[in-house]
Amino acid sequence: MIIEKPIVSEIPGTAKTEQRAMALDVRKLTKIYPTPNGEYVVLRDLDLQVWKEEFVSIIGHSGCGKSTLLMMIAGLTSISGGEILLEDRRIEEPGPDRGIVFQSPSLFPWMTALENVMLGVNQVFPHATKAQRFEIAAYYLDKVGLGDALDRKASALSQGMQQRVGIARAFALKPKVLLLDEPFGMLDSLTRTELQDVLLEVWSKEKTTAIMITHDVDESIFLSDRVIMMTSGPAAIIGDELDIRIERPRLRKDVLERSSYYEYRRHLINFLEH
Amino acid sequence: MTPMKSISPVLKKYTPPALAIALFLMAWSFGAKQIETSLGQVPGPAMVLDQARILWQEHVAERQKAREFYERQKDRRAAMLEVNPSATVAAVSYTGKPTYVDQILTSLKTVFMGFVIASLVALPIGIICGLSKTVMRALNPLIQVFKPVSPLAWLPIVTMVVSAVYVTNSAWLPKSFLISAITVSLCSLWATLINTAMGVASVNPDYINVARVLQLSPLKKTFKVLLPATLPLIFTGLRISLGVGWMVLIASEMLAQNPGLGKFIWDEFQNGSSQSLAKIMVAVFTIGLIGFVLDRIMVELQKRVSFERVHA
Ligand SMILES: Nc1ncnc2c1ncn2[C@@H]1O[C@H](COP(=O)(O)OP(=O)(O)O)[C@@H](O)[C@H]1O
Ligand SMILES: [Mg+2]
Repeated sequence: MIIEKPIVSEIPGTAKTEQRAMALDVRKLTKIYPTPNGEYVVLRDLDLQVWKEEFVSIIGHSGCGKSTLLMMIAGLTSISGGEILLEDRRIEEPGPDRGIVFQSPSLFPWMTALENVMLGVNQVFPHATKAQRFEIAAYYLDKVGLGDALDRKASALSQGMQQRVGIARAFALKPKVLLLDEPFGMLDSLTRTELQDVLLEVWSKEKTTAIMITHDVDESIFLSDRVIMMTSGPAAIIGDELDIRIERPRLRKDVLERSSYYEYRRHLINFLEH
Repeated sequence: MTPMKSISPVLKKYTPPALAIALFLMAWSFGAKQIETSLGQVPGPAMVLDQARILWQEHVAERQKAREFYERQKDRRAAMLEVNPSATVAAVSYTGKPTYVDQILTSLKTVFMGFVIASLVALPIGIICGLSKTVMRALNPLIQVFKPVSPLAWLPIVTMVVSAVYVTNSAWLPKSFLISAITVSLCSLWATLINTAMGVASVNPDYINVARVLQLSPLKKTFKVLLPATLPLIFTGLRISLGVGWMVLIASEMLAQNPGLGKFIWDEFQNGSSQSLAKIMVAVFTIGLIGFVLDRIMVELQKRVSFERVHA
């Protein structure tokens, strides 16, 4: 599906149109949980489109249904109504075409960093030779800065290093879309900054369509092309969205010097406070 | 650092148990003197130690006798073959009475056999219970009812069933051995079963999600994810099972007349010589020490498989 979408460039007067293919199409998505006191509607008729190679962040209040939305895209949670299309194919079940980075690294602690990544690579590239598969896993581990920790047990790695493996594991699947659920939420701010840079660097190379949930406004601006704001539940929908027109590659200190950065920030915080 | 300072933590660690043991031995030897049984005075520590030495000497002597027996047989055979080279000489195996060490070995073999049977039954059922809430709900009442049953209650049933089914009583697998082992497994399998089921059911849901995203086959999911994740709990279960097994073994050996430590105690009790009580006490300490060693082995194995170490 090709849709024309006008793109307004950051520099005034150079507006252009670009052909963009849709990666993910969420249509009238509804999620209802049965509870002892009747049904609880988390999402109702939520629509969301994500373009190929786009990096989208989702922010919203705690408990509004962000994880629920992401888990439904992942196929890990059932859909109560509506549908989700990934490159025009309906999502029915989980699969490696949607790589996930969870909030807690969820590595298998009894495996090494390499084995954790290899487990997925073996599934996705069953016909590649062992050497080729090793190459893929080692490449991504190197990209996240763990080139010399391949054989360290996951349980012996720090939280930040574990999440690096988590990122490598997701990218190594060469997924159509990358789903990140507050991937840096459990890290201290210094490590978080480091990992944002790592993620941005790997992502710029791969240009994998990415959807990231975060509660960090600065993180969402720094990383994304577009920030989606969800309304508070119940029956949450997309309340507002904001295109982040800061050209890439982005350097943290440059981004912080822009006036537009502070406008974006005000816009997002304003949404969250109302 | 002065040497005194480096010694004091060691002293601190070993002084209390050393004192407790000394106190226990004193109380024992004092208390023993006060009680007169039909088998004579209750033996004190010294008498028990004496019997332990005698049992060991008997073992050494018995082994020596066996060696001599086979030597003689060899010589006789050589002599016969010299007279008539075509003679066929049947080999006779030595049939001395089992020594105390033999009885310990029999007990270890029995408990090991029972433990293996218990694990082979409990692990698969535990995994299935952990995977399916329905199966768990179905089996739970049976598990809860059978779990507290004493080996003494199982034994007659096992004896009757084994006697009915296992008619070829071979020397390799004596009936009494099989009965004791099965009784041990019936009592010890529950801990492993319950721990495995609980472990599989409580595997970190993120791990399951990763397995689902990667679309691992059921077999791969079981062996690459579920079992490794559950291994620490499984080993806790196995450790309890082995402990229970060792404890009930003595009772089942007594009744099944399996030639192990249980039978040794029973025979000493029945024969009632003046050394019987001391010998039984040797057995008590042997059972305790072996149980302790078995437990330590399981703890070491458990440490090997546990991955939840503190982060570096
Ligand atoms: N299994 C469930 N059963 C019932 N309610 C649930 C379940 N999972 C989540 N919810 C509810 O759905 C809402 C959205 O949850 P979630 O998607 O985790 O929020 P967020 O990720 O935005 O913080 C919450 O109010 C939560 O209590
Ligand atoms: Mg969440």
